[in-house]
Amino acid sequence: MALRTLITRKSLGLGLGVSQSVRGLQTVSLPDLPYDYGALEPAISGEIMKLHHQKHHQTYITNYNKALEQLHEAMEKGDSSTVVKLQSAIKFNGGGHVNHSIFWKNLTPVHEGGGEPPKGSLGWAIDTHFGSMEALVAKINSEGAAVQGSGWVWLGLDKDLKKLVVETTANQDPLVTKGPNLVPLLGIDVWEHAYYLQYKNVRPDYLKNVWKVIDWKYASEVYEKECP
Amino acid sequence: MRWNRPRFDGPIKSQPKINSFTFMGLTQQNQMEKPCQIKSIPLSSFRAAKPEKKQNQHAPAPVRYTYKYREIPLQRDVGLAVREEKEEMGYCCNNSFPASSHVLLTDLSQRWKCPKLQNLRHKGQFHGSQKASKVLAFYGLKAPPYKLDALEPHMSRRTLEMHWGDHHRGYVEGLNKQLEKDDILYGHTLDELVKVTYNNGNPLPEFNNAAQVWNHDFFWESMQPGGGDMPRLGLLEQIEKDFGSFTNFKEKFLEAALTLFGSGWVWLVLKRNERCLAVVKTSNAINPIVWDDIPIISLDVWEHAYYLDYKNDKGKYATVFMNHLVSWNAAAARMARAEAFVNLGEPKIPIA
Repeated sequence: MALRTLITRKSLGLGLGVSQSVRGLQTVSLPDLPYDYGALEPAISGEIMKLHHQKHHQTYITNYNKALEQLHEAMEKGDSSTVVKLQSAIKFNGGGHVNHSIFWKNLTPVHEGGGEPPKGSLGWAIDTHFGSMEALVAKINSEGAAVQGSGWVWLGLDKDLKKLVVETTANQDPLVTKGPNLVPLLGIDVWEHAYYLQYKNVRPDYLKNVWKVIDWKYASEVYEKECP
Repeated sequence: MRWNRPRFDGPIKSQPKINSFTFMGLTQQNQMEKPCQIKSIPLSSFRAAKPEKKQNQHAPAPVRYTYKYREIPLQRDVGLAVREEKEEMGYCCNNSFPASSHVLLTDLSQRWKCPKLQNLRHKGQFHGSQKASKVLAFYGLKAPPYKLDALEPHMSRRTLEMHWGDHHRGYVEGLNKQLEKDDILYGHTLDELVKVTYNNGNPLPEFNNAAQVWNHDFFWESMQPGGGDMPRLGLLEQIEKDFGSFTNFKEKFLEAALTLFGSGWVWLVLKRNERCLAVVKTSNAINPIVWDDIPIISLDVWEHAYYLDYKNDKGKYATVFMNHLVSWNAAAARMARAEAFVNLGEPKIPIA
């Protein structure tokens, strides 16, 4: 079921730092950032990156592991109602872990190529589907600003239709909840914790500036893997 | 739609041409003083400069409202307000009564004569002025009943400045902008607007702004400087009856705050059908009045409410709220009012 695929996806190691536990339950741990906390200044402040990584992401991981353990026990006991009850906690915390892991890879410091527009097939695909890079950025910014409350805005690839899509998800729902064929290429966290200390309540400013540190190389790699 | 025309002692120059915007016509001169003021503040400080004195000749002299008793603000307000200046709204009476969201555009003599607030008023007729009037706002930004630094150190002035000054104000202005488009949602009180735009689960685009305005009004009034501690008398009895003990209620409330995923609110409501108190958590902008329940206190657990003070420590924020900020006075007043609508128990008729 979805839960099994979630666990196995993790154990395939998307660089997510997997650790074994005694009963064969795979728990997850906090992945390291490939750059310093302050490396993304001035687009995202070091304070935000530190809190975001060490507090928020870690909390999602802790709670996810806890929920997985409880789920494991409930499944062994055959306690279906507990299994079902835990689903929302798993979706939230697990989704938080998955999303943030992708997010850290989506960001890179300016001196390592952050903000450079994609070349190659992804660049062509963007021009085909959205007209231009600017149009795509504008679309993502407007959708991101329009998210009520907390959520994410994604640039995703529909595997079957070979089409790029811009989607938003609420809370910590991963992109797959919007469609089973969707593969996330880029995700931008529009939860308030992602920008509040620096941009206060002006989410559009955050969205404008975050493009300077977006790692298009990673997005291109994922795209080329799915659409060779 | 019927509305009562206010009666005047002086002659009314002519009937104004009525269209959907006349009675929303407000000019700087027509700004009326707030219904509840501390009497030491002169009325003039609330008015913008009045260049033409003669306009007011025929209007009844504004009543110098003196505080003899706490005035009960009327629950339902017409959806009209003036845009209030930020600095002037620093003071308001410590309003522990249920959230009445907006300034009533009236002087007090009118108020008592026309208690039915569903009625719209001809602003043009008030002062016998036929000047072209400008719509300033549909709904107003109501100030918290305490100064912005009054909740230190538990909720910093910076947080209140941002939360009230930017977020809450942004919702009000967003709502006004949305309402400018057409007349369909015109004339509701804020309570009604929230319920109408909720549309039984299929919210209209105005719902988010309307509900967040309502929620924040309610939230400011749910707190007070020197709050916390415990409720007394009837409310405490009801809490103990419905939760077992006050500690149990506190735990439930804190747990709800911690387990809420994403942005939302935690409420202590009086449920109408079940006729008991309950802790309820809602997402984003939803609030219990859309289900016809009566909220007693609320806690904002959107991240913007606590991030500047507590960073990601939502539990600490909720605990501090419970221990130091929550206004049980306001809660008691709301509970008292709620008991008029919900029968909480059979009356104890003494046996003869």
